[in-house]
Amino acid sequence: MASNLPVPVAESGDIDLVLRQVLQDVLGLSSERVAELDAESGLFGHLPELDSMAVAGLLTEIEDRLDILIEDDEVDGEMLETFGGLITFLSDKRSDA
Amino acid sequence: MPMAALAGNWPNPPHADEYAVSFDSGRAVRLLIVPALFDEANKLRHFTVEVMRALDRAGIDAMLPDLPGTNESCEELAGQSLPSWHAAMEAAARHFRATHLLTMRGGAICAPTGLPCLRYAPVSGVKLLRTLLRAQVVSDREAGRDTSREQLLENGREDGLALAGYSLSPEMVRQLEDAELAAQDLPDIAQSELGGPGLWLRAEPDHDAAQTVALARIVAERLA
Repeated sequence: MASNLPVPVAESGDIDLVLRQVLQDVLGLSSERVAELDAESGLFGHLPELDSMAVAGLLTEIEDRLDILIEDDEVDGEMLETFGGLITFLSDKRSDA
Repeated sequence: MPMAALAGNWPNPPHADEYAVSFDSGRAVRLLIVPALFDEANKLRHFTVEVMRALDRAGIDAMLPDLPGTNESCEELAGQSLPSWHAAMEAAARHFRATHLLTMRGGAICAPTGLPCLRYAPVSGVKLLRTLLRAQVVSDREAGRDTSREQLLENGREDGLALAGYSLSPEMVRQLEDAELAAQDLPDIAQSELGGPGLWLRAEPDHDAAQTVALARIVAERLA
């Protein structure tokens, strides 16, 4: 059932953790660097190593680890621009499932 | 005593000879390594050769042939299909008198038949294709072109497709769509057994010596 209630903390925390892990694996960041990521941290367009192939790998890995499917028309600059933007997108996606 | 890697060619009739890196001392266990595919081949090249060095130290011969149309090959990638890669790896296995196989990621879908085969983190063709298609869509969007995976795939099945810099024949596109991982006797080697994230995920090629040692150890144990 669709709901307008906020995403439960546990679930949102779970997404946050998965996203940090995937970014760590894709970007080869240290645990310290990955812990410093906040909602405003820039992703696509801000990190030169995050090219289209890396973004594709990132999205596929997120799909596998969160057991969701991300459609092409959902992938845009806004969704990928910041860490917070991607968390929001994934939380909405999870609550729709 | 550890040896230096040998570089050389192997025959792939009726096509041109292909290149291989090998650690060949004529030992009992001779492992043919089928490389990872497309972008993952670049990401895993250094790792793969370092695994060969570690296997050499463990007393195992290892040979890493090029897939036609990749790396040092004189063939066109757009002229390749999964059967052409499969046939080439069969020819390499005969030439090098391989006793066992190790496939890296997507290499699992073009492995020769008839030899005991260990698969490292195997991935299906359809999943590799999905990631390549997605990379192309992301890149097209960035360039202001509105494409979709369905649309690209539809064109690719008929006319072939350049995806993320790789020119795929229509046959290759259709065969990747159908390339599932076959069931096999030996258990697969999962990434989680190596104690770190898969290096094919990295945006920039990277290396992890501990994973090299771990994969070589697992291979040596399973072949013992």
